[in-house]
Amino acid sequence: MSEKDKPITSALVNIAMWVERRLHIVKIWKATGGHPIPKSSASWFYVFGSMTLLCFSIQIITGILLSLVYTPSASEAYRSLEFLNYHWTLGWFLRALHYWGSNCMVIVMFLHMTQVFLWGAYKYPRELTWISGVVLLVLTLGIAFTGQVMRFDSDAYWGIGIGAAVMGRVPLVGAQLVNLLLGGPIIGTDTLSRFFALHVFVLPGSILALVSLHLRLVLLKGINEYPKPGIQVNRKTYDQTYEETVHKEGFPFIPNGIDKDIVANGVLLLVMVGLAIFVGPKGPGIPADPAIRISDASPDYPFLWLFAAAALAPHNTEWILFFLLPAIATVLLFGLPFYANQGEKHFSRRPVSILVVLLTYLGLGLLTYAGLTGPWSPHMEAWSGIPTKPEFIKARTPLELQGALLLQNKQCRNCHAIGGTGGHRGPDLSAVGTRMNEPELIRQVIQGGGNMPAYGNNLSQQEVKALVTYLVSLRPANTIPAQIPSMPEKTQAGKAERVSADEPAKQPQTGG
Amino acid sequence: MTPNESESHPPLSPEAKNHSTRRDFLLQIGILINAIAGFMIGIPIIGFIFSSLIKKAPPVWFSLGPTSNFPENGMRRAVFENPHRREEDGQTSRETCWVSRGQGDQFKVFAANCTHLGCPVRWFNESQLFMCPCHGGAFYADGGYAAGPPPRGLYVYEHKVEKGELKVKAGVLPTLANPV
Repeated sequence: MSEKDKPITSALVNIAMWVERRLHIVKIWKATGGHPIPKSSASWFYVFGSMTLLCFSIQIITGILLSLVYTPSASEAYRSLEFLNYHWTLGWFLRALHYWGSNCMVIVMFLHMTQVFLWGAYKYPRELTWISGVVLLVLTLGIAFTGQVMRFDSDAYWGIGIGAAVMGRVPLVGAQLVNLLLGGPIIGTDTLSRFFALHVFVLPGSILALVSLHLRLVLLKGINEYPKPGIQVNRKTYDQTYEETVHKEGFPFIPNGIDKDIVANGVLLLVMVGLAIFVGPKGPGIPADPAIRISDASPDYPFLWLFAAAALAPHNTEWILFFLLPAIATVLLFGLPFYANQGEKHFSRRPVSILVVLLTYLGLGLLTYAGLTGPWSPHMEAWSGIPTKPEFIKARTPLELQGALLLQNKQCRNCHAIGGTGGHRGPDLSAVGTRMNEPELIRQVIQGGGNMPAYGNNLSQQEVKALVTYLVSLRPANTIPAQIPSMPEKTQAGKAERVSADEPAKQPQTGG
Repeated sequence: MTPNESESHPPLSPEAKNHSTRRDFLLQIGILINAIAGFMIGIPIIGFIFSSLIKKAPPVWFSLGPTSNFPENGMRRAVFENPHRREEDGQTSRETCWVSRGQGDQFKVFAANCTHLGCPVRWFNESQLFMCPCHGGAFYADGGYAAGPPPRGLYVYEHKVEKGELKVKAGVLPTLANPV
């Protein structure tokens, strides 16, 4: 350093020291970014928390920007979204980034939660860190749902309708809850306004507050050390051991422990930007006009599993899905750090934790897949819009062809596929002739049952005859037609016997 | 000062005692003022939040048009403006119901909302069924439950025929808790 530089350098140092003496930046830094972490915690598995925070930051920035143009009014919202998509410079990009950022946030948050669970980080002394995380999970799902409503299209509209229908199942105060959810008698502009207030004020504010608590707890109690199999957590000794580990083989989070976080977050940013550019924003779809007939309505990715579960739940068990299961989940999630407070942290010594994770992912994954394919929904246009393959028509008698036409015209194919095409609500009929015989098919068509409506009032005797004759003919070559009803023979025969046996037995009693 | 007070507290100089009493008094006054102000702010806030419940918009009678719009022995879709609509509601206040007409002035008016989770049911004339696009609920022409997850038949609006017009009582989103 030359002599000339010296006064400038010392002046800069003086300024820095002046600022430092007033703001105590070094002290703040040592307690935050530069806090010591165990060397083992600088792991690839420990990057998901910062990734979730990154997603949230992206959501705040893009959200504020979108709110500059978006109009939260039922009559204007849709138009302002189209304006963003097609007119406002890079509006489409910001919308896409906000949409994909939201999906990424939910996914990364789940990964974070899974890692924390498997690595036993919720145990002593980090119980409150876990609990604040569970509340953040609920808030994040809440902000994702209210965000979906901001895209004020038919999916959003019927999504609120589903929310209202769920609220309407609450005993005693159901009607009042529906009214509070909608802000009035119908889904309208007051509904959108209150979802807007939740989405941009209440929920982000709450999330910011809880993230502060969450991070404060991470700093206070230290980041979880990478667990080793066989090392037990003990309330009496843990704090001291942790202190010693950090002291002996620890280093400051910044700069020594942040490298992997930076790489992972960079990749996540690239993925988000890539999705935003190449897939683009979602919607808005069909306008939120209840007078427009829609063929399907489905929620965004984070709620598809719930949507699917609502379809697949057995008749009249929705209360279990909407009220009992959330209650159980709440107890389990909030209670976890208390009933598993000490002991082994490493997942290799906690096989049940692995099972829980596998089952949860399998369950959510399968339900989400089911939600994407939606096999329970009738295919509303199948009867008029899907061709029938030649092998199901070829070499049929006129009566059978009449039946084939009835099958098409009576909208049977909205629920029943033939040759794999059509609705999947009911069973595929391609080989129904091998499963059911004529009497049973007649009974099924006329009386319905097993989740099929009865067509007895809707079909003439001749029509039933034609339809059933065609259905009986539906079986692959070289297969035997069904000889007996596919219902268990014993039960049916037993029932029939009892009825016929009881009647003569009863008559003398009543008569005498 | 009461004998009790002098017993429980260490003796203070008269000056300090006076000071303390004045502080206590000010603290109590302060709490009182804030409590009063808190009520004056809090109650309007609660009232504001629950406004939609306090000024409840009940179902009201309105016309779906002349009965001649609805052919005998048929099902027609009727679109109406919600009677409680505000300008800002835009298209969302356009609602749908299904009008079933039998012989003469025999009507039945169904809300379009499925009783399962509120999605809009659609009428299929050939199979004489309402089908729901969300979870596959199905209802018969009389609104009765046919198949799928719905817990009951379609919601039915009250109706009457006056001066050749079909009138219904509607305007509130029907749910299980409030089935019109």
